[in-house]
Amino acid sequence: MAELIVHQEKIQDLAHIADLCPFGAIEVNANRVSISPACRMCKLCIKKGPPGAFELVDSRRVSIDKSAWRGVAVYIDQTEGEIHPVSLELVGKACELAGKIGQPVYAVVAGHRLAALTEELRHYGIDTITVYDHPQLEHFRIEPYTAVLEDFINRCKPSTVLVGGTAIGRSLAPRVAARFRTGLTADCTFLDMQPNTDLDQIRPAFGGNIMAHIRTPRHRPQFATVRYKIFSAPQRRAEPDGDVIAVTPSDAMLASSIETLSSHRKEPVKNIEDADVLVVAGQGIQRRENLDLLQQLADRLGGMVGGTRPVIEAGWLEPRRQIGLSGRTVKPKLIITCGVSGSIQFVAGMSGAEKIIAINIDPDASIFKIAHTAMIGDVCEIIPELLDTLAKGDKTHV
Amino acid sequence: MRILVCIKQVPGTTQVDIDEKTGVLKRDGVESKINPYDLYAIETALRLKAHWPEATTLALTMGPPQAEQSLREALMMGIDEVALISDRAFAGSDVLATAYTLSQAIQAIGDTGIIICGQQTTDGDTAQVGPEIAEFLNIPHATNISAIPECQTRAVTVQVDLPTTEETIRLPLPCLLSVNKGIHTPRLPSFKRKKETREVAVRRMTLADFPDTDPDHYGLNGSPTNVVRIFPPEHHVTRETWEGSAGELAGRLCTYLRDSKFLV
Repeated sequence: MAELIVHQEKIQDLAHIADLCPFGAIEVNANRVSISPACRMCKLCIKKGPPGAFELVDSRRVSIDKSAWRGVAVYIDQTEGEIHPVSLELVGKACELAGKIGQPVYAVVAGHRLAALTEELRHYGIDTITVYDHPQLEHFRIEPYTAVLEDFINRCKPSTVLVGGTAIGRSLAPRVAARFRTGLTADCTFLDMQPNTDLDQIRPAFGGNIMAHIRTPRHRPQFATVRYKIFSAPQRRAEPDGDVIAVTPSDAMLASSIETLSSHRKEPVKNIEDADVLVVAGQGIQRRENLDLLQQLADRLGGMVGGTRPVIEAGWLEPRRQIGLSGRTVKPKLIITCGVSGSIQFVAGMSGAEKIIAINIDPDASIFKIAHTAMIGDVCEIIPELLDTLAKGDKTHV
Repeated sequence: MRILVCIKQVPGTTQVDIDEKTGVLKRDGVESKINPYDLYAIETALRLKAHWPEATTLALTMGPPQAEQSLREALMMGIDEVALISDRAFAGSDVLATAYTLSQAIQAIGDTGIIICGQQTTDGDTAQVGPEIAEFLNIPHATNISAIPECQTRAVTVQVDLPTTEETIRLPLPCLLSVNKGIHTPRLPSFKRKKETREVAVRRMTLADFPDTDPDHYGLNGSPTNVVRIFPPEHHVTRETWEGSAGELAGRLCTYLRDSKFLV
């Protein structure tokens, strides 16, 4: 097993040694330094501590034959024959990643009545599309869908599998990754490909303002999930190409202990992901009533109101309006943040916006680090003034 | 039968900074709390217990010894038993190793009917551990659960809330359920329960208690993913800063919105 060893003799300064560990796992008892179960193996003590004081002893390094696994596969998320747009964004990314190592791009889709969808997929530069079309796959159920993806992976042996971070993807990808005893990196915000087919995955980590660069160096396939609107949608090609492989799922694959009793489409609701303009409420708006002012502004801009996690948790806005890593990722043409401090979780969900205008009273607010226009002032004063000015503008135009 | 809830202790704040010079994480005086999403899981377990009078509820967590605090809180909410998995062998666990560790503990505890997980944690994991536990235990799972309308002796009927559809599905026991925030309002920990549960011992579990005691399947070695490096996020340089009275700022913004044709 991998273990951290402490070389006591190389530590002179016992007073500050515990400060090395961000998780408080370094303990000093009776002048001896030890590591508690709070250790997360972040290895910062090795890097930042006295030279040679901390050592990682690793007994095991079994690696697989990476050349047996080739290509980048995308799981196509669909509901009633409609492709979730995140899947196309991932196809675009897969083409880019596979292009760097000269390997093929695969797509796999499961469902029922998929002919039109399959034909449409042929316009996006995928080399091979594998289709599992069966009445029993009409509704998503975890066991058959897991079996289908497992079957596809065993057939194609892709080195990388990309899955959209949708409700289905976030249930399916971990289940299949566990079946293959392999790595899964959730909610990646950046992907790149190494010449040796290791996937570079970057995502916010440790719940804080930290990014982690993650690889899956000794396992295949490597699973990554990506939220909607992190990557750009690819251009649709006029001419279809690529092969289609239709697979008839076996009875064993279709077996499920779960019974779908009913399924109905919900009333279509406009989602904040689809808005061109967003006005975002942060804690700085202070009172729930101020949301009405933001709504008035959003109406003037043909946009929608979104919120940060504290605003959602206060119950001021419905959860579907939450922007950020644990909410929705948005990429509008314009976003106006009102009294938002700008945590990494929030920024990860909106930094792709074309124009970011941030209003905050605190000149040091971290939102200003990513804003294109930083407005330093009290949002509770600026918005009423703005609505007034806009209203006057209407009169002069009349 | 046991109704088991997986909970996690998370930092009380997400404001974690990195020292740009040394690259060391700064977590000074950060307090911990139960992952807020797990409170809904605990509440769900307590309500499900009403359907199976013989059932006991158990809260399970994996973490440093300090995580006992979260388990005590679960007891105060009404959970019957608590177990803490803590061992240096588990240090550096990624999603797969965490899920494997939890699944081994669940097997060691035994007699599990339903496992309930929160929707996600607030400190970075994103709802992936639950489905992986279910896979390791070879039991069905469902996520995005917004209601549990019916419980039978050996099955549960749950409502699954997907973005475009709403489904009602029935799962046989044992199974794993990830419940949405808002499924039930979590009760507050009670002082009465605090007194009543003072004597309840936390069951402590280490690698030695598991069916699989091979250390290579846990912690850093059991984790397929490696963190290559951690770094502060890159920031765009601020292009422009506007200062002035509220009236001046509103005027400039109005001009911009009009010139850029954002007004409808």
